Amino acid sequence: MKQSGVKVFLNGIFKENPVLVLFLGMCPTLATTSTALTGMSMGLATLFVLFASNVVISILKNLIPERITMTAYVMIISTFVTVAEMLIHAYYPAMYVSLGIFLPLIVVNCLILGRVQVFASKNSVFYSALDGLGMGLGFTFALTVLGTLRELLGTGKAFGNTVFPEHYGALIFVLAPGAFITLGYLIAVVNSAKLRKTEDIEDNID
Amino acid sequence: MTYILIFISAVFVNNIVLSQFLGVYPILGFSKRIDMVPGMTGAVAFILTISTIITYIIQKTVLIPYHVQFLQTIIYVFTIASLVTLTDRVLKRVSSSLYQTLGVYLPLITTNCVILGVAILVARKDLNLMESVVFAISTSVGFGLALVIFAGIRDQLSLVKLPKSMEGIPVALITAGLLAMAFMGFAGLVK
Repeated sequence: MKQSGVKVFLNGIFKENPVLVLFLGMCPTLATTSTALTGMSMGLATLFVLFASNVVISILKNLIPERITMTAYVMIISTFVTVAEMLIHAYYPAMYVSLGIFLPLIVVNCLILGRVQVFASKNSVFYSALDGLGMGLGFTFALTVLGTLRELLGTGKAFGNTVFPEHYGALIFVLAPGAFITLGYLIAVVNSAKLRKTEDIEDNID
Repeated sequence: MTYILIFISAVFVNNIVLSQFLGVYPILGFSKRIDMVPGMTGAVAFILTISTIITYIIQKTVLIPYHVQFLQTIIYVFTIASLVTLTDRVLKRVSSSLYQTLGVYLPLITTNCVILGVAILVARKDLNLMESVVFAISTSVGFGLALVIFAGIRDQLSLVKLPKSMEGIPVALITAGLLAMAFMGFAGLVK
């Protein structure tokens, strides 16, 4: 299979954005986007784990016996999650507290296990690294957008900078219901853009 | 009294799906079929209770005495994965009727973040063994409740004409949001 590195990289960011198109990794997306900063940090932590596990697993793919692939993958992923957890705990204690249990829960993020199984276990180290970077950046991008939207609608701030006075904001967007509703509308917007694109192509054919 | 409070808190106030966002997938994905709900909830309750007890014992007898709490994530994941596999094998041997009702849902559970989430929550909240068990059971009741309500709503929703871009996941998310808003009404029940 011939593929270009740029294509593999961009694929994760736009065409197959893990959150907005593939609907992977919903739990952390909903839970950690109450502000733009926590959303972005979660995205970056996931980016690190995904990149590292993709690289390591594609290096080891011929050494892992077929019967224990799942176990081996989960072990490798959870090792990197522990590394990320300890680094954040040491350098950003405040972020460690606000991400809470969702930091260890990166292990069960189906985005990572999915990419490792679908991509890294079949492709070379170079492409796996690019795929990890692309998918991770796509995830970070989606989480940052969602976090910014929720923070702005809820408190009138973006990354902590005031855009409009706080009492105009609707606090519900920072709370649990706002997570579901904002993500729902965001995906609907992406869907309608996709639909319009396919319609355009059909019109051109006519 | 503590147990009742834990129960009410886990089922209504801090519902695992609607306010903790754990186990959103089963809700969005296959809650279309209301007849799958009892089996799924039963399987989750079963594994969740056992895994909470086992991870609790590991936490108290291995991780804390030897000061290796940083290994928590790795060990918990490994324990839960082996537990699911073990339960699968044992159920297949022991009772085929039980296997048919619960067993089919077991593979789906391995990647379900409820199990690992509750194990970590119990460790972080520092509950004792009995409280942990009550917490695990109440969490699965809360999970089942959200699953049932959602399956009912999805049934009705399938009759409604929606804009094309809203079909599927988007409308499910927005419905979940409204449901979460309704559940916020319970917020004053438990401090």
